[in-house]
Amino acid sequence: MYHSYDAVIVGAGGAGLRAALELGRSGSVAVLSKLYPTRSHTGAAQGGIGAALGNVEEDLWEWHMFDTVKGGDYLTDQDAAEVLAQEAVEAVYQLEHWGLPFDRTKDGKIAQRPFGGHTHHFGQGPVRRSCYAADHTGHMILQTLYQQCLRHNVRFFDEYHVLDVLIHDGVACGIVAYQVLTGEIHTFRAKTVLLATGGMGRMFRITSNAHALTGDGPAITLRRGIPLEDMEFFQFHPTGIRKMGILITEAVRGEGGILLNDRGERFMERYSPTLLDLAPRDIVSRAIYLEVRHGLGIGGKDYVYLDASHLGRDVVETKLPDIADFCRTYLGIDPAVEPMPVQPTAHYAMGGIPTDVDGRVIIDDANTAMPGLYAAGECACVSVHGANRLGTNSLVDLVVFGRRAGQDMARYIGKNDFVTLPAEPDCEACDEVERLLGETGSERVADIRQELQDVMMDDVGVFRVEEQMKEALSKVAELKARYRSVALDGKSKRFNTELLEAIELGYLLDVAEVTAASALARKESRGAHSREDYPERDDDNWLKHTLAYQTEEGVELKYKPVSITRFEPKPRTY
Amino acid sequence: MNVTLKIQRFNPETDDKPHWEEYPVEVEPSDRLLDALHHVKWYQDGTLAFRRSCAHGVCGSDAMTINNVNRLSCKVLMRDLGARVTVEPLRGFRIVKDLVVDMEPFFEKYRSIKPYFINYDPDPPTERYQSQEDRERYDDTTKCILCAACTSSCPSYWGNRDFVGPATIVQAHRFIFDSRDQGANERLEILNDRNGVWRCRTIFNCTGACPREIKITQAIGEVKKLLLFNRMV
Repeated sequence: MYHSYDAVIVGAGGAGLRAALELGRSGSVAVLSKLYPTRSHTGAAQGGIGAALGNVEEDLWEWHMFDTVKGGDYLTDQDAAEVLAQEAVEAVYQLEHWGLPFDRTKDGKIAQRPFGGHTHHFGQGPVRRSCYAADHTGHMILQTLYQQCLRHNVRFFDEYHVLDVLIHDGVACGIVAYQVLTGEIHTFRAKTVLLATGGMGRMFRITSNAHALTGDGPAITLRRGIPLEDMEFFQFHPTGIRKMGILITEAVRGEGGILLNDRGERFMERYSPTLLDLAPRDIVSRAIYLEVRHGLGIGGKDYVYLDASHLGRDVVETKLPDIADFCRTYLGIDPAVEPMPVQPTAHYAMGGIPTDVDGRVIIDDANTAMPGLYAAGECACVSVHGANRLGTNSLVDLVVFGRRAGQDMARYIGKNDFVTLPAEPDCEACDEVERLLGETGSERVADIRQELQDVMMDDVGVFRVEEQMKEALSKVAELKARYRSVALDGKSKRFNTELLEAIELGYLLDVAEVTAASALARKESRGAHSREDYPERDDDNWLKHTLAYQTEEGVELKYKPVSITRFEPKPRTY
Repeated sequence: MNVTLKIQRFNPETDDKPHWEEYPVEVEPSDRLLDALHHVKWYQDGTLAFRRSCAHGVCGSDAMTINNVNRLSCKVLMRDLGARVTVEPLRGFRIVKDLVVDMEPFFEKYRSIKPYFINYDPDPPTERYQSQEDRERYDDTTKCILCAACTSSCPSYWGNRDFVGPATIVQAHRFIFDSRDQGANERLEILNDRNGVWRCRTIFNCTGACPREIKITQAIGEVKKLLLFNRMV
């Protein structure tokens, strides 16, 4: 089936929905999502949305910008960080005007609390910048944006899985998607396409990410010859529930929770004497790994304890109710009484589809934008998070850059006509679907996926070293070859989730390959990318963004400069 | 531990009607039922269809009837289920395939009560103020994740599919009792209907089914009182 819209948005999380709201009166908009919109992973975010409102204490957007740049270990594009910090304030007020139920201060203003890496006066001490709604801020943001989309009659195509992005003569012109219910393939002609498909944590064995997060947008872009930026920078959040990866928010440590090893030692004293357990996430994750490596994990195993029992029941029940629920439900543990077993969990992709500050996709190292193609949210790389993202900055990223992408799309729609689609636009997507359905090989999706997740977690995880990354890269190549022999149990087209998992596995293999290749090439440690063979940051040679292309001969790498405006790179100490 | 999952299967393309299939699985007591379902799908029968995403109880994708109780499959642990576990799709909705039901009627009813913030005054330059007490007033019903466990556990809904259902009323309640919202009367008018709040018989199945522990029956009662006595309770 064929459709035609001025704007097609793929992904109905915070960024996609915010862009849809911006486009409202500028033309026809369709939002495609492989899940019902309210299932999007924005809804799992807990901590808060960071903006320099200054409701509880003095705060300035310049300080927020600085924290973002330093938090990103100076790989952050400063023009992007400036936009983020400046527009965050208006973005938060806009959410409140749309009804978002923020927690309140005693005088009725939006309440704010401290969070890792957010400081006043350019690093002098913590500042209350995180605006929150209980401990499910993401749920509130997702619901509020979806509600507004309903109010404005945004057209949704629910449970449509994206297969391809269409480009003709260097101009984006549409999307091909699989209607999950019927198996029918739909082609959407569009003047503008926005990819807002979220993260790709499912390439790792232990992740906080939903099953749906398989790098769909980045993979289809990569397959069309567009590079992905900074893929080697993947954040591992230090405190995921052991083996499950479910996130235990940083706010636990913010309230006074501490990390303990097998000897009951507060080991962060040795790794970060000043910030202790509230050191940036990459630093804490590395500390946990090192303790485990030295045999100091609990019972000699691969995890440590997060202890909040000294905080008292009152604090746990009122300030941390959701994580108390997770602990009781999944561990049978009452965090007011017992410590929680935690280990690093793959959490956030700093890298992704390269864009400028208006969401336009950049296709080379000369910052050339592709007309009509946009990306926003976690799947994009502006780069506003650099080598490491601060907590609460993702929710801001969604609404600020989602809005800007929507605005630029509206401008573009007003000035441009539709472009002719390539002949038989859906043929490549159809062919791949038919191939998967018809394959009679001996491989199973689950096996290949498990092996991928294991090698990425072990060899391209928190600590990286040359030999292991090389092995990972060749393992991924082997898995890609075996992927050609994946056979499915069911050949039906109606609601065939096995087929969709196979397609998603293809995406994961592609993004994993560029992740491993980018990581192998970067011979320094910066932010979340930590190499035991190159433990220092090397600004002279590596203060630049990676661009990874998928080619016939493997991954090809190029580099482009970082935008540096206000803050000269300095050593990152806290 | 060894467990047998008895799962209701139905593929409308090939089956006349739903039927039971049994799958033996080896699980840890701490595994989620969702993990066991995945084990069946990934290693025994890839055709098993079910929705899921976050796997930790916040997205609402995987509500189903487990040992006759509506739960999210990712929030139930195998240790709490016993050696034989029955898994069926949510009741009261047309089955699309296996454990996947048609959610359209559910979302249609949700949309019908204007589930969005309504305020006709111009936006202030900063936030609208709201006291902590006013914020607390509607806190419970803001937690709804639209999983449909409540509506599909409701005998009044089973008896009459035109009933808007508990979730719809919860969503309306969230705005009616939000001090900043001005659309209470519009929504109350819609709910003041035989198939609105008045179909509710205070059975409490919804409250029992809600994975977010929202006091649904109480919220419905508050809306009814508002309609009867025309004052906020």
